[in-house]
Amino acid sequence: MGILELKNLRLILNGKKILNNINIDFKESHIYAIVGPNGAGKSTLAFTIMGLAGYRKIEGEIFFKGECINNLGIDERARKGITLGWQEPARYEGLTVYDFIVAAAKDKSTANVKEVLLKVGLNPNEYIKRAVDKTLSGGERKKIELASILAMAPDVVILDEPDSGIDVESLEKIFEIIRLLKSKGKTIILITHGLAVLKQAEYAYLMCHGEIIDKGPIKKISRYFGNKCIPCAHKNLPEVEGNIDE
Amino acid sequence: MNENQKLMQDLYKTTETKYDIFKEPEIAYLFVHQNKVIGSQLIPGLEIDTEELEDGINANITVKEGVIIHKPVHLCFGMFPETGVQKIIMRVNIKKNAKISILAHCSFPNASDVKHIMEAKINIGEGAEYSYFERHIHGIKGGVKVYPQALVELEKGAKFKTEFELLKGRVGLIEIDYETICKAGSVMDMNVRINGTKDDIIKIKETGNLVGEGARGVLTSRIAVRGNARAEVYNKISATAAYARGHVDCKEIIQDNGAAIAVPIVEVNHSKALVTHEAAIGSVDSKQLETLMARGLTEDEAVELIIQGLLS
Repeated sequence: MGILELKNLRLILNGKKILNNINIDFKESHIYAIVGPNGAGKSTLAFTIMGLAGYRKIEGEIFFKGECINNLGIDERARKGITLGWQEPARYEGLTVYDFIVAAAKDKSTANVKEVLLKVGLNPNEYIKRAVDKTLSGGERKKIELASILAMAPDVVILDEPDSGIDVESLEKIFEIIRLLKSKGKTIILITHGLAVLKQAEYAYLMCHGEIIDKGPIKKISRYFGNKCIPCAHKNLPEVEGNIDE
Repeated sequence: MNENQKLMQDLYKTTETKYDIFKEPEIAYLFVHQNKVIGSQLIPGLEIDTEELEDGINANITVKEGVIIHKPVHLCFGMFPETGVQKIIMRVNIKKNAKISILAHCSFPNASDVKHIMEAKINIGEGAEYSYFERHIHGIKGGVKVYPQALVELEKGAKFKTEFELLKGRVGLIEIDYETICKAGSVMDMNVRINGTKDDIIKIKETGNLVGEGARGVLTSRIAVRGNARAEVYNKISATAAYARGHVDCKEIIQDNGAAIAVPIVEVNHSKALVTHEAAIGSVDSKQLETLMARGLTEDEAVELIIQGLLS
């Protein structure tokens, strides 16, 4: 069993199957990608693993380090060692970068806050007293969110669309962080529909209509980006029909 | 150390600021305990005349023309008894091209039934600047009733900035009533940040009258109400001159059984003036909350941090 295991995971909202029969075993110290078109259920899967409000009434089981965490709240899951980085990070009026990072940090020293800011490519002297608000660009907030994740040092990091709203230079910095996290033995799950992000992973799952329809090494999964052809019953020109669970 | 000096020190200690600054000769200050002036120090260009009343004081503050006071002037008002009234009647006159920043510490650490009344008439001369930062320290009983009232007149090109903050303790009742009259090219910036809990009541009425060409003003309120606290914010800016620009900005967070009303009023009587407003009342934003919880904070810790940020 890996560090995070999803067993027969289903999420039904308003009578509609949003996630259906998801079975994934995430191993320690690996980088995974969950790919698929808009509306495939990728972000929903991330929110369900994190236990966000509205994503808690599930069937099946989520195991973390061998323990079923279905009944744990977001903060309890986080304290166990799972965290999530949002596609569009939240803005906080008045809350400083320092306070935001320190709130999550295991090591709450100023030196540590400065160190994680440097790691994400932000000058601590320039950012530490600024508010995490609308005066920061989306890219800056994304880096600050990553800095808070580095300070938190969780075991599993889920990043929802890490390339969204990011310039090329900043994206390379984010990829550096992803590799740094892996080098520290962390498991990273990248939610994406971007080829550049997919290429950072070692293994990928392809989703469509709430189901995992294919999985495998990046080379195999990345071919779907070439012709945009998704091999399931919901799209034109299916190459393979049905659900691939194993 | 005489009795008044000891009282000054004790009063200032409640504000958790270093008392040593009052040993510096260039720091001007006025300490008032209930209706007694217990200490003061003036600097050249600053005049403070006081008169003790039965339940407070009269204070006339004047900054002479062209005088720039570089370090903040400290006014410390307060009282240690649990009950009583402290009424401060202030007349402030900042002469042409003068500049002063006042840090007002209002401390009522033991209050169970205390009224603190402030009635101020302020004139800020042409090109002059006046900042008034009011920091309140209250006890935990919620037994303070605070009534700050001010009429501020800004002459041509004058600047006025005020901030009202409750740093510690419970609100009790705070009823703010400020009005400004802004002449040509003047700038007004009024901010209120208050955190209400239990059965606290917060009432804010701020009015900005932009009567001169190019006058500008912003009214900002940041309020959090938790428990059974109530807040009412009535902020109005009226613009009656060309190129006057105003903005009313009110944000209130409610938790538990808290309740809030925000009424931003904008009135424009000139085709070349512009006044905007924004008001938001609601619970803590779910993404803000869930982000912090996904870093391991409990819901209560996350709410507290978000509110602290909003009020900072």
